[in-house]
Amino acid sequence: MDLQALTFTFVGITFAIYIGIGLWSRTGSTKEFYVAGGGVPPVLNGMATAADWMSAASFISMAGLIAFLGYGGSVFLMGWTGGYVLLAMLLAPYLRKHGCFTVSEFISDRYYSKTARVVAVICLIIASVTYVIGQMKGIGVAFGRFLEVDYTDGLLIGMGIVFVYAVLGGMKGITYTQVAQYVIMIIAYTIPAIFISLQMTGNPIPQLGLGSTLADGSGTYLLDKLDQVVTGLGFAEYTTQFRLNMTNTFVYTLSLMIGTAGLPHVIMRFFTVPDMKAARESAGWALVFIAILYTTAPAVAAMARLNLIDTVHNTQVSELPGWVAKWETTGLLKYQDKNGDGKIQYVADKAKNEMTKVDRDIMVLANPEIAQLPNWIIALVAAGGLAAALSTAAGLLLAIASSVSHDLLKGVWHPEISESKELFYGRVSMAGAIALAGYLGYNPPDFAAGTVALAFGLAASSLFPAIMMGIFSRTMNKEGAIAGMLAGITVTLLYVFQHKGIMFVASTSFMGGMPNNWFLGIEPNAFGAVGAVVNFAVAFLVAKSTAKVPANIAKMVDNMHSAK
Amino acid sequence: MSKDNSYWEANLALIKKCLAIWFVVSYVFGILLVEQLNAISLGGYKLGFWFAQQGSIYVFVALIFYYAKKMGEIDANSK
Repeated sequence: MDLQALTFTFVGITFAIYIGIGLWSRTGSTKEFYVAGGGVPPVLNGMATAADWMSAASFISMAGLIAFLGYGGSVFLMGWTGGYVLLAMLLAPYLRKHGCFTVSEFISDRYYSKTARVVAVICLIIASVTYVIGQMKGIGVAFGRFLEVDYTDGLLIGMGIVFVYAVLGGMKGITYTQVAQYVIMIIAYTIPAIFISLQMTGNPIPQLGLGSTLADGSGTYLLDKLDQVVTGLGFAEYTTQFRLNMTNTFVYTLSLMIGTAGLPHVIMRFFTVPDMKAARESAGWALVFIAILYTTAPAVAAMARLNLIDTVHNTQVSELPGWVAKWETTGLLKYQDKNGDGKIQYVADKAKNEMTKVDRDIMVLANPEIAQLPNWIIALVAAGGLAAALSTAAGLLLAIASSVSHDLLKGVWHPEISESKELFYGRVSMAGAIALAGYLGYNPPDFAAGTVALAFGLAASSLFPAIMMGIFSRTMNKEGAIAGMLAGITVTLLYVFQHKGIMFVASTSFMGGMPNNWFLGIEPNAFGAVGAVVNFAVAFLVAKSTAKVPANIAKMVDNMHSAK
Repeated sequence: MSKDNSYWEANLALIKKCLAIWFVVSYVFGILLVEQLNAISLGGYKLGFWFAQQGSIYVFVALIFYYAKKMGEIDANSK
């Protein structure tokens, strides 16, 4: 079979599995729809959480990002995994003990306030909607590149698949399809990495291969060789290049960790396990499954960078391998023989560099071809990329739909509606959320580019502190929590918008993106942690000078603090 | 009530211990002391680089399971 037919077969089989699971897991109650009945075993929930968490960006873009940032890319590796430690110890078990369907519901119960609930819903919807746009784009692009299907058609097919299992199956359907998606995604990610590690270092385990000597008989360590090669071409040394400076690296890592722990679609996954104990274990399993990909990524990154340079630098244009031409047609790769010597020079100096564009996504997408792996592996990567985008999109869509049907409709506007009505509206909200996400994926607004900054910034500066204080403090009252959330969001958004424009419309940026205006040299994407500190400080000050929490709320906190 | 309090205090003490390790492996070894640790090598890895891109993640996983196990014991003792 040729590559095209193989890819269609692989993607077709995986989609049939997802639809099959969707039909099998139809839901009949709100408890099944929102939290999969609350009986998901910890290991399976861990796997589903990993799929939910690892998006198209983790699968396709992260290794490429690290390939070009070197040590600087560690921010993402530590930031996007360390958050699970916070989640496991500071949030998940207690929220499970309290027992609720949505994150905003907890905030509403704990702070005895509909206003707090609405503030939480607004944060949640902004964070989730911006995040989901990226996934929809990922789905469209993956179809376009691998199956040569039109972007719009690809988007519609993706929406159709999610519609079947998310509308029918709710959280239950999403959970079990995510388990399947994790398996597909991890196989697709690790197999090419194993082959490449074996080719380059003779060691089949990429995590060990990265620390091994090259298989070319030179006895040189792979990372030492990479450092020599990149510095020889004028690039920064791979293993020591910082992301801006140490303060920024520190704060950025912290923001990503707090943001990860505060993202509602991740927290929500821990409402589906049976009890506190299961919630703790499940967080551990989630991180095991995430770590398999996240510790492989740095190996893929370094090996792909070395491979790429080896293949193209000082190579005759006429002898460039076939994949160069193929990726050139997609616009992700461009070269120009500026000095007319018939060879490609790939160097840091912009005036002399002849690889004029190397999109970072290429590092994962073209990796199997660069390493000359067989076609079935390339087809597998296509199915894996789609699984990553679909699983994250579905989790986010459920977070959006449940906050509309459960928090706004049932919780604020019409508390009297029956369960079957709420379930019906839950499905309607899900369908609406899919349509909205599809529309925004088709017409990405200006602010789509700032997705990461906004989603993590909001989660870190508003939701995480509010939930954590709600659990750990017996005295935090609604005035403090609301003031804290608003202060945290305001500071974070002002900082992001003043440098990147209001809702990321660049022309409205009132201080410009210039680094010399950055507070302590911290880039806007890294500002969530500062917002969180402001949130905590304001909340404590306000809570000190306002009314005490009612006795029943103190009792609720005591209950979360007990084993029974 | 006093039993509840001792349960919660045991939990808080355990969290503090775990988060101290969490902080040291990532922020101290992976960021603040990265340059000093890079002088030491672990196979082909510079040690600071290894902590930032591999080691911290392994420790995070171990920490969560350690916490879950210890909390399981604390749960059992307070029932």
